[in-house]
Amino acid sequence: MPFQQIKFYQTGTFTVGNRLLNPEDRSVQSHQDRSNAINSGHRACQGCGEALGARYALDTALEATNSQLIAANATGCLEVFTTPYPETSWQLPWIHSLFGNTAAVATGIAAALKVKGRREVRVIAQGGDGGTTDIGFGCLSGMFERNDDVLYICYDNEAYMNTGVQRSSATPPAARTATTMPVGPNPGNEFGQGKFVPAIAMAHEIPYVATATVADLRDLEAKVRRAMEFRGARYIHILVPCPLGWGTASHDTIRMARLAHETGLFPVFEAERGELVSALPMRMQLPVEEYLKPQKRFAHLFGAKPKLDVIARIQQRADRNIRKYGMLKEEVL
Amino acid sequence: MDKPFAITLDPGSSLANHTGSWRTRKPVYLDRLPPCNAGCPAGENIQGWLFHAEAGNYEQAWRLLTQDNPLPAIMGRVCYHPCEGACNRGQFDSAVGINSVERFLGDEAIKRGWKFGKPGMTSGKRVLVVGAGPSGLSVAYHLARLGHSVEIHEAGPLSGGMMRFGIPKYRLPRNVLDAEVARILDTWVTLRLNTKVANIEDSMRAGNFDASFLAVGAHIGKRAYIPAGDAARIVDAVSVLRSMEGEDQPMLGRRVVVYGGGNTAIDAARTAKRLGATETIIVYRRTREKMPAHDFEVEEALQEGVMIKWLSTIKHADEHSLTIEKMKLDDKGFPQPTGEFETIESDSLVLALGQDVDLSLLQGVSGLEIKDGTVQVGSNMMTGHKGIFAGGDMVPSERTVTVAVGHGKKAAHHIDAWLRGAIYEPAPKHEPVTYDMLNQWYYSDAPKTVRPMLDAIRRQSGFDEVQGGLDETNALFEARRCMSCGNCFECDNCYGVCPDNAVIKLGPGKRFRFNYDYCKGCGICVSECPCGAIKMVAEEI
Repeated sequence: MPFQQIKFYQTGTFTVGNRLLNPEDRSVQSHQDRSNAINSGHRACQGCGEALGARYALDTALEATNSQLIAANATGCLEVFTTPYPETSWQLPWIHSLFGNTAAVATGIAAALKVKGRREVRVIAQGGDGGTTDIGFGCLSGMFERNDDVLYICYDNEAYMNTGVQRSSATPPAARTATTMPVGPNPGNEFGQGKFVPAIAMAHEIPYVATATVADLRDLEAKVRRAMEFRGARYIHILVPCPLGWGTASHDTIRMARLAHETGLFPVFEAERGELVSALPMRMQLPVEEYLKPQKRFAHLFGAKPKLDVIARIQQRADRNIRKYGMLKEEVL
Repeated sequence: MDKPFAITLDPGSSLANHTGSWRTRKPVYLDRLPPCNAGCPAGENIQGWLFHAEAGNYEQAWRLLTQDNPLPAIMGRVCYHPCEGACNRGQFDSAVGINSVERFLGDEAIKRGWKFGKPGMTSGKRVLVVGAGPSGLSVAYHLARLGHSVEIHEAGPLSGGMMRFGIPKYRLPRNVLDAEVARILDTWVTLRLNTKVANIEDSMRAGNFDASFLAVGAHIGKRAYIPAGDAARIVDAVSVLRSMEGEDQPMLGRRVVVYGGGNTAIDAARTAKRLGATETIIVYRRTREKMPAHDFEVEEALQEGVMIKWLSTIKHADEHSLTIEKMKLDDKGFPQPTGEFETIESDSLVLALGQDVDLSLLQGVSGLEIKDGTVQVGSNMMTGHKGIFAGGDMVPSERTVTVAVGHGKKAAHHIDAWLRGAIYEPAPKHEPVTYDMLNQWYYSDAPKTVRPMLDAIRRQSGFDEVQGGLDETNALFEARRCMSCGNCFECDNCYGVCPDNAVIKLGPGKRFRFNYDYCKGCGICVSECPCGAIKMVAEEI
């Protein structure tokens, strides 16, 4: 576990803040003067997980770098909903790249800062799963193998939500998208396709790789802080539920992220130089149905005749994650 | 200003875009009524005082507690804590030990010498309180706080009423009782001991009182006709418990039988055991499930070696033996005789069959309604006679210390209003908060702290207090188990989880405010509020 969990102070560190904790034990998000890297008035949908995840990550990074931070942003929801001309929600130096080259743009910024001797200014590249795992993957892999001094953050909502929910290589099996309709013998997205970029990032043996969700704020903040302690290429992959694309209620965004972790479908871990160093243990191991059922993109698995065989295959994926990343280890709170 | 090619506008902020207009439903903060507060007969704001105790502000917690109940050290010992029965945490792991924290605060106040503040103004009105038991003391305290001059007339030689003459020392040490009573007498309340009110109207006239509150309790033990031999020793439980306060302790013999199934029966049996009885048997006509006594007291009595004969009635009493008839429950759960008899040895029989009220002081008072031996009062605690109020065991009630204290508080508000020629309207109650309104994810398992108990051997021979208290560390832990149902405890969740930064944090103790200019109405704050202190309401369109 990347941070010290405090139990029993009414809610311990499970909540965002806690008046009973020492100020230094409280999260960045609980600070009255937090940066609010993304300002109000942005045009994200109600209950957007990405808006939340980006603010969590960047507020922490701003605090960790004493606000000496530049962000490059791939095309995607995050870019579209924050910067309709001539407005911007960003409260830090921010540049919009192309869809596929944000890692390269960030590399360039980092190189320029190096030339200018501005070592204190740090660089973040960020994008959605489409811009990261599909379109920008070549640039991303290049940034990793050159070990450029950039923290790349992928906000993964598991499809191209901005353009109308098309499948990406991060879309989970069986999920319905506009391009993987629930028809035919294997409804929804295919099994055995797609990729899990955190594992690919680990294969590059870069200094730091981590995954997080918007449901575990303390864990997310600890990982961003840890990432800023390294020089070189770093990668954080944050699961950000999308009420629109997943077909969930807008108030369930954090609950869905929590269930993704508690069912084992989304492993939350961190790795240094290619080796796993910790995994966030599940507090209560839940069956995958708990996660799938509230989502309309998996509605075709349920109904009058539930597709138990498909659910069992999804459960197998969860069980493998739990085994592979050691999500049962440590005392369960 | 020179702008780059094709750029005609300055960079603007998204703050110009008021996304609040998207909303059809909006979140609002509210305080809901937690089940502990709803269940407290004394009307304590339990969640409220626990909030201060959680932060280690014990004096503030005690001050809030004593706004409703001036007797926390007593209550933390003798209350049957319906709050814990109602506690939502009971559905999560086990109920918060509210009673033990209350006792800790009460003991802390005695230890540190905390005093009540003096009332700010005086009304010039005089109120006579008859009886210095829990309801009398409570009404006096509340009336004094409201600025009235109060005099308590107590027939007995000591204050405390049933708390002294009914509750044994091993449950309520007398130094605790004395300390809390003395503190009330500090707040401009005059107590006259050995002053029996023979006729309430005479006493009121003589003392120039504007109103009176009767709280004489129920001190007369009910008798049942039991055929008995000449030498049979039959006493009632109330007298036994009362005589424990005098110089001469009652002589009950070696084998004592207590007849009845209420808390008084248990108290009498446990007292007899401590007085040296080798064998103490409670005879009760129904079963343990039907017994009115509280189960934990039954359990404590059994631990101390008290025996209980269920489904039995006493048919005949002799000098050293009793004839018992076995009973069985019929379809409706009523005990019916079986015709089977047995004999048990007994040196004395203690009757604990309930108590009656001594109503002699009310003779000749017009307008009173007496039913089943109790004085009937309206919802404002006033009897049928204007200006005469009543509470505690002498009015129809559950007859516990906590209910009595609650009567005192309620009556004080009504008496105060009546003296001003007004009608007291209690503030409307908040809507209740149920377990399903909490987000249980945020609370971690934390087992209840069990209070130390005196070991059974020492309990059989002396009157030392049976149940110990908490110390500061475990009292703090216990207070922090409170889930703060329905009331914001400033965990910052709403502030943190809003994707639109539409929650404004106002600073410690000031809670939060919604910025409806930007709130899109997604409802994440409502879902992720641990304690159910936010709800969604339809937007007026």
